[in-house]
Amino acid sequence: MKVAKRTFDAVIVGAGGAGLRAALQLSEAGMKTAVLTKVFPTRSHTVAAQGGVAASLGNSTEDNWHWHMYDTVKGSDWLGDQDAIEFMVKKANEVVVELEHYGMPFDRTDNGKIYQRPFGGHSQNYGQTPVSRSCAAADRTGHAMLHALYQRNVRANTQFFVEWMAMDLIRNADGDVLGVTAMEMETGEVSIFHAKATIFATGGAGRIYYSSTNAFINTGDGVGMAARAGIPLEDMEFWQFHPTGVAGAGVLITEGVRGEGGILRNSSGERFMERYAPNLKDLASRDVVSRAMTTEINEGRGCGSAKDHVLLDITHLSPETINKRLPGIREISIQFAGIDPIKAPIPVVPTCHYQMGGIPTNYKGQVVVPKDGNSNVPIVGFYAAGECACASVHGANRLGTNSLLDLLVFGKAAGETVVSDFQSGQLKLQPLPEDAADVSLARIARLESQTGGEDVHEVRLEMQRVMQKHAGVFRFADVLKEGVTKIMEVAERAKRTQIKDKSRVWNTARTEALELDNLIEVAKATMVSAEARKESRGAHVRDDAIDCAETPNGRDDVNWLKHTLWYSQGNRLDYKPVNLQPMSADVEPIALAKRTY
Amino acid sequence: MSSKRTVQFKIYRYDPDKDDKPYMQDISVELEESDKKLLDALVRLKAKDDTLSFRRSCREGVCGSDAMNINGKNGLACLTSMDEVVQPIVLRPLPGLPVIRDVIVDMTQFFKQYHSIKPYLINNDPPPERERLQSPEDREELNGLYECILCACCSTSCPSFWWNPDKFVGPAGLLAAYRFLADTRDQATSERLDNLDDPYRLFRCHSIMNCVDVCPKSLNPTKAIGKIKDMMVRRAV
Repeated sequence: MKVAKRTFDAVIVGAGGAGLRAALQLSEAGMKTAVLTKVFPTRSHTVAAQGGVAASLGNSTEDNWHWHMYDTVKGSDWLGDQDAIEFMVKKANEVVVELEHYGMPFDRTDNGKIYQRPFGGHSQNYGQTPVSRSCAAADRTGHAMLHALYQRNVRANTQFFVEWMAMDLIRNADGDVLGVTAMEMETGEVSIFHAKATIFATGGAGRIYYSSTNAFINTGDGVGMAARAGIPLEDMEFWQFHPTGVAGAGVLITEGVRGEGGILRNSSGERFMERYAPNLKDLASRDVVSRAMTTEINEGRGCGSAKDHVLLDITHLSPETINKRLPGIREISIQFAGIDPIKAPIPVVPTCHYQMGGIPTNYKGQVVVPKDGNSNVPIVGFYAAGECACASVHGANRLGTNSLLDLLVFGKAAGETVVSDFQSGQLKLQPLPEDAADVSLARIARLESQTGGEDVHEVRLEMQRVMQKHAGVFRFADVLKEGVTKIMEVAERAKRTQIKDKSRVWNTARTEALELDNLIEVAKATMVSAEARKESRGAHVRDDAIDCAETPNGRDDVNWLKHTLWYSQGNRLDYKPVNLQPMSADVEPIALAKRTY
Repeated sequence: MSSKRTVQFKIYRYDPDKDDKPYMQDISVELEESDKKLLDALVRLKAKDDTLSFRRSCREGVCGSDAMNINGKNGLACLTSMDEVVQPIVLRPLPGLPVIRDVIVDMTQFFKQYHSIKPYLINNDPPPERERLQSPEDREELNGLYECILCACCSTSCPSFWWNPDKFVGPAGLLAAYRFLADTRDQATSERLDNLDDPYRLFRCHSIMNCVDVCPKSLNPTKAIGKIKDMMVRRAV
């Protein structure tokens, strides 16, 4: 097969929030940039974010970035790197105000400022009382943000390659990144995108689970590509289960519903969060709320005929508030739960939502790997931002509204780093290896010729079932162990997938088979990393981790205050230290403590 | 309702790699209890026949990927309830745009029109330190405008867009144009009106209101277009 080669200063893979924010930096600096995206930019999954983006603007209640930093470190169960967290919370006001200047239609306070609402785990005065920190455009913040960012890119003349699927990372013998291969979906043709810098902004892989709030496209493409190219994946055992997915459908109901006063109730109508988080109650951190809900259901206090969900009640809010602040939620409830939340509570269950781990980066957006005794050596030419990256600001559990903040801050930071490296002449167009496209062509050729193979749909379903059963909200030593064996079996089957569709044109069967290769890497990384981490921390909670003075909530800081690194090659694990030191010398580290809300 | 049910489809099929011309395929699929929406049924169908091609992503009506013509009316598969749709379910690509394959259309012309209205805020003042202020009432003017998901259900149901897709901006693009005209932070009102002051770009809208009828987000492009026309008239006098 003939492979076309295209050359750019930089290639960005992904056109969600992080990719679009990075693209703006590059386009405005006049760099020749290609943004590859497998869906039209405004169809990226950022569009589905609802509740808001965090920034300590203090428009409704007193706030400052120190409190935001404390909440984020505590939310991460101290696994987040405090330099990156300080960087993010300090940049929050700047990137949110910028968005407003781009035209984002934020809701407004009476005095015309950006409207802010309370959100889970965000507090005033180091955990004392809830704070209004979430900057919102009704309950469509992600949609408003993604469209504003796309529109700003239209203004900046960013060059998009729409409906192009990136396939594999190109590295040379030194391990430097030289670009990617990608397939144009309309023609099936593979091209090489040769560049001085490559930024991954490919989002998460929530589709490894059976029940997920994530879009079909969230298949961890960048994460899988990085893993296959020999780059380790960081902290992949940490997956956020959002407390409020619509029971049965998985569709997200924003935490902003509880921010506006919504209450979770069990079968007896009890506001059970009062027992689990006496202080922040329904606005405790997401991992805490999801576990409380699961415990209620497991102990027989679930609702409905199967007692398999709890209820999210906003019937006490005025219809005006619901229609003004939560119109999208009302629409979703009617569409997917058959319930008007003005009249009746919404049935909800914890649902896989967000990948805390990812491609290891520093706060500048550079991808970093261990080399010669240093845990964080940047890979020449490779950058990542957003959900596919692990900076690490979310550690073991992300706070709501910190994801949109993450993609703005680190999308911009990655863009700025690339621009500065480009302008200083550090970035070079290095010669392509002869075999730059061989891996991708071989993958396509195998799909063309595979006979007697496995059905893509069946293998994906099996992977999702294994992940759901063996690496869910609560984890058990023996179940995880069995999970490792099972997921490795599924991975073997995935090597022999077969498709009937042989067309070159818009072959979605082929796309789904290629996506499955990426999902499988993520699923293996998750299960293997989770099985190995013998403690409870944030979203990773095991039955064999004991809550005592030495290990509060089962968290073992002596042995496990460290980041996991999983390598696909050899299915092997390594670890690196957590950075407990903030970026600035005059900022006090947030000291380790037992996490309560 | 029984837990399993079989549903009948008639689907427009065309693969330029092997078909001389498009054809309608009769096909049925057995659904599970959890298959509530048309998109669920299509995913079930694709598991059976992986050559069936359609776009989809969020499956909750915010990304705008899975617009198609369902029993003669444009809509999103993910928001179409299987309980309400008449069988056999006739699925065709969105009308008026070139078909690439099956129900996947080439949306180039649609986005070209969207881009032609300069869909971004224009404000040439140096940006302030903090947010630009906007009253809640002024912000409310954007409701019903900014929520568009660019699915193209409206523009591809509009006869004026069918006849002149290269000249008439179409309901989606005009809704976006009014979204910026209505924004108190935008300073390009006269430039935007100049851009639309043309027998085709704006005035091909004859208020047939097909766009309003099909919009899956219950938006009203016709009303927005009316407001642009009002602004044109007001500035002429």
